[in-house]
Amino acid sequence: MRSFEKALPEFDSRKIRVIAISVDSPADSEKLRKSQGYTFPILSDSKDEVIRRWDLVHPHGGPDGIDIARPAEFLIDSSGKIRWVNLTEDLRVRARPQQVLDAFDAMSRAQASLR
Amino acid sequence: MKRSWNASVWVGLVVVFAGVASYPLIFIRYPVTRDFPWASLLIMALGLALLAVGISRAFRRPDAYRGKIFGSVLGVLAAAVAAFFCYGVFYATRQLPASHGAPQVGQLAPDFTLPDSTNRPVNLLGTLHSQFWPEGTEPVAVIGIPPISTPPPAAVVLIFYRGYW
Repeated sequence: MRSFEKALPEFDSRKIRVIAISVDSPADSEKLRKSQGYTFPILSDSKDEVIRRWDLVHPHGGPDGIDIARPAEFLIDSSGKIRWVNLTEDLRVRARPQQVLDAFDAMSRAQASLR
Repeated sequence: MKRSWNASVWVGLVVVFAGVASYPLIFIRYPVTRDFPWASLLIMALGLALLAVGISRAFRRPDAYRGKIFGSVLGVLAAAVAAFFCYGVFYATRQLPASHGAPQVGQLAPDFTLPDSTNRPVNLLGTLHSQFWPEGTEPVAVIGIPPISTPPPAAVVLIFYRGYW
């Protein structure tokens, strides 16, 4: 997330919105935004409804055995279609911003060549 | 003759511990040293090498160097710590459950509405259809002046993460 915040100008220049989601409460997410200086929105799925619907639950992955989200990144185009997914197999290894930007650029090029 | 304290053993032990600690404290912050923890492993390898030098000279020249016993004990301790670190980064963090039902490339993203950190509801499709402003630059509506408008975002990146706790 730190790397995404740093790369935010790159996302802005491509008009890509960055949104994060976790099971934390809005208050906890606000604390995180303040302490880490994150400017993108962090959504709170405290009942893990969306995380469950998207099949991204890591059962008992959190403190006291609570269910949390596994790390995952999705690129969704303006029609709402998923264009790129990263489901890591190692919770230490997350998507790098450049991977998402490359996927977006490839998608834009493909669209441009269709026109 | 007074025997040397065999500093190599002690320094090696400290370096191994420093290598382990360097990962959560420093190297996890940078993807280059996080995804494969080569920097921490390198420091730990240096520490183990120092320990090996110290222990081998304790055995080869016990008249000049101490540490046949404590060197061996610390060597085993350091090796165990290094092994635990490797277990952590190469096994424990890979025990994520499979996620066969997650939306795939080409599918429509299942829509949702969730509160942001200021309790304002955010809708995924709504975001895709509303105007795009870089974070923090949304214009404030002023009565009497027609609002400036921009096209909607070209895409949304959703980052699911484990949480801050």
